[in-house]
Amino acid sequence: MRSTNMRNAITAATVALVGFGLAVPATAAETVLRVAMTAADIPDYTGAPDQGYEGYRFAGYTLYDALALWDLSSSDKAADIVPGLATEWNIDPDDNTRWIYKLRQGVTYHDGCQWNADSAIWNFERVMKSDAPHFNPRHVGQMGTYTAQIASVEKMDDYTIAIKTKQPSSLFPYEMAMYYMISNCAVEAAGNDYAAYSAKPSGTGPYKFSSVVPHERLELVKNETYWNPDRIPKHDKLVLLPMPEASTRAAALLSGQVDFVEAPSPDTIPRLQSAGMKIVTVPYPHNWDYMFNMSKPPFDNLAVRQAANYAINRQDMVDMLQGVAIPAYQTLIDSQPWYGNPVKYEYDPDKARALLEEAGCMPCVIKVGISTSGSGQMQPLPMNELVKEQLDAAGFQVVLEPMDWNALIGVFLAGAGQYDYNAINFSMAPIDAVQGVLKKWMTRNAPPNCCNWGFYSNPKVDALGDQAIAEFDKTKRDALLTQMNEAVVADASELYIVHDLNPRALSPKLEGFVQAQSWFQDLTPIVVNP
Amino acid sequence: MWLYALRRLLLTLPILFGVTVICFALVQIAPGDPIQNLLSPTASQADADRLRAAYGLDQPLPIQYFIWIGRVLTGEFGMSIANNSPVAGEVFRAFGNTIVIALISVALAFVLSMILGVVAAYRSGSLIDKVITAIAVFGISVPPFWLGVVLVIFFAVNMFWLPATGMGASGSESFSYFDWNDLKFAIMPIIALTLPPLGIMTRTTRAAVSEILSQDFIQTLRAKGLSEMSIMLHAVRNVMPAAVAMFGLQLGYLIGGSVLVETVFTWPGTGFLLNKAILTRDIPLLQGTILVLATAFVLINLLVDLIQSIIDPRIKRS
Repeated sequence: MRSTNMRNAITAATVALVGFGLAVPATAAETVLRVAMTAADIPDYTGAPDQGYEGYRFAGYTLYDALALWDLSSSDKAADIVPGLATEWNIDPDDNTRWIYKLRQGVTYHDGCQWNADSAIWNFERVMKSDAPHFNPRHVGQMGTYTAQIASVEKMDDYTIAIKTKQPSSLFPYEMAMYYMISNCAVEAAGNDYAAYSAKPSGTGPYKFSSVVPHERLELVKNETYWNPDRIPKHDKLVLLPMPEASTRAAALLSGQVDFVEAPSPDTIPRLQSAGMKIVTVPYPHNWDYMFNMSKPPFDNLAVRQAANYAINRQDMVDMLQGVAIPAYQTLIDSQPWYGNPVKYEYDPDKARALLEEAGCMPCVIKVGISTSGSGQMQPLPMNELVKEQLDAAGFQVVLEPMDWNALIGVFLAGAGQYDYNAINFSMAPIDAVQGVLKKWMTRNAPPNCCNWGFYSNPKVDALGDQAIAEFDKTKRDALLTQMNEAVVADASELYIVHDLNPRALSPKLEGFVQAQSWFQDLTPIVVNP
Repeated sequence: MWLYALRRLLLTLPILFGVTVICFALVQIAPGDPIQNLLSPTASQADADRLRAAYGLDQPLPIQYFIWIGRVLTGEFGMSIANNSPVAGEVFRAFGNTIVIALISVALAFVLSMILGVVAAYRSGSLIDKVITAIAVFGISVPPFWLGVVLVIFFAVNMFWLPATGMGASGSESFSYFDWNDLKFAIMPIIALTLPPLGIMTRTTRAAVSEILSQDFIQTLRAKGLSEMSIMLHAVRNVMPAAVAMFGLQLGYLIGGSVLVETVFTWPGTGFLLNKAILTRDIPLLQGTILVLATAFVLINLLVDLIQSIIDPRIKRS
């Protein structure tokens, strides 16, 4: 009786509410794009995103611009950088440590603040000048790496700055594609308090901040006056929802709660397709690998590293992942200009076994640190089980040590010398030559510096790297980087396993999305049909 | 009675102290570091050290703890490391989101279990008893997060009746239980949260009622010619103290936040917050949440004890 009454009451209430909804005139069909992110929380949107590159994708390049931006308009080629808040940059012909940046004129931040040389310098001080009133240690943690090479920044005129680097740095413009410019007026208005600024953040990006519900949703609206008319969003509103569980994301898409889902798990893809969802995939600079600890046996031995690489049946892994990955034979993907034509470690378990015997490591016991989830880690548990099975079959004896993502980041940051892991399954993004080649393999980037975790060292590679950094001619530089990459692969510097194809599931209502070969994506061309 | 309540309240202080010390220590033992989430993978050691100092994490552990507890005593819970927002706001918002569905779930379970338990005890051994026992056993044994996923598949994905995830059409801040568009988000979490206490409370009620029904005074009442209805009221009245105790205990559990249910439904309550704080090693947030939960748990138990002594004077006397 009680429950019937309750149901009647609810029905009555529903009817009343629906009726009420109809009575209110609909606001001229506002179009909303709702995105389910894999992030566990809303990324920092104050201009220094956390949560990995997903944070940059959704809370960085949406609200903010950098001096250079990634060209995300094509699926067919690896994304490269193009002018952003700077219209051009050149190395000073008389000084190869001095970059001249011409800034874009007539750009204003969302709060009306003017973008110019003063604003640019203020932005660099935000992480470089520890006694500046607007200095932000949190921003240093995330963004400091991009300004680490800068010695000084000088205003030449209102729309020209000169950036002096500590040493010749031919790839410096790539760092500047990651460093966001935020409104100095907005921070000053917030009394240099970034918690207060986060209530009214302001950049120059194609979207403006609208509202936030902590941990639940970030709402952005289109910037009608964006400086690049081609990239004014084709929808009115962008709603970003953190949903770390893959099954939740799939359910949210299937039930019509969201329109765009990041990284559906491979086993949900057939179900999503049968419901009419579009699954898009594209190769991008992603790398699912084992980093070897080369500071001690057995991976200090080239034969053992090669053996591991020959032991992996990459096609098996791709099949297990329902085709949303491609086999990896090196850190880079083949559309990147430095891929070259290096040694290719095809699956050959006999050769693997022979190499292990030659190295005198049989069974070759190794301890591998793995995570249970994490940015770029794909489906770490079943994938690592398969790697273990394959390595064990070739004569290794793998001990997997699972830990949560935060703990594995700690193992990575500390460097191979601090723990007794022989390898870690740690996915890093080789988005450009700095991240994908130089920082990974030069001896000087070994711990405590980033990112040569396992103490890889080859004097020839170091020499090539030094030449490339000082080479300002792109063609010549790319040739040097290619040689460098080939030498690294010959050394079997990592256990190359797969590259993710970055699956995304889109509601059939969406049109116009071009999935770039990049960690970053441009959502602005998406049209949301009713 | 007030003296008793005061004494109980004072006893909560060492409990809370113990809980916070243990939680603080556990986070320290676990590998990982709250700073890591604030660093890009390419950050330098110097940047990490600066950040660590900014959050006072470079101090020795006991000092860190006493700084924290000192602040708490002055009513300040500190800032969340992961979000750079005040912990107090985070915790109380989450607590508000959890308490309502927890109360509804426990109340629902309480009412249903009283009916089911009494009916089962009265019809002991009959088919209806077996059905009710089956429901109760299902409630106790089914993992609520699994039930949550099944509910999502059925109601959200296949039938399109209810939303799969989240709290309200535009987030928890504008959530209203009086708007169907928001309320429908709460239905599946409430079902998933109701079932386990329903199972436990039904079993307890059934056992208690059948025990009372076998006592001599029931025979006497029957012999006096009382109607079955009145006899049942006597039995229920005798079961009440035990039932209220169960109510409090179950409410305490649910307020602790069913981490799994809240995660499955992305319900931004205390369980959800706790999970987030643990994964990001956000010590201030974790400590703040634990402190509020432990306090709530202790207070609910105290309240239950007081209610029990009101409805059953024998307890007060003992």
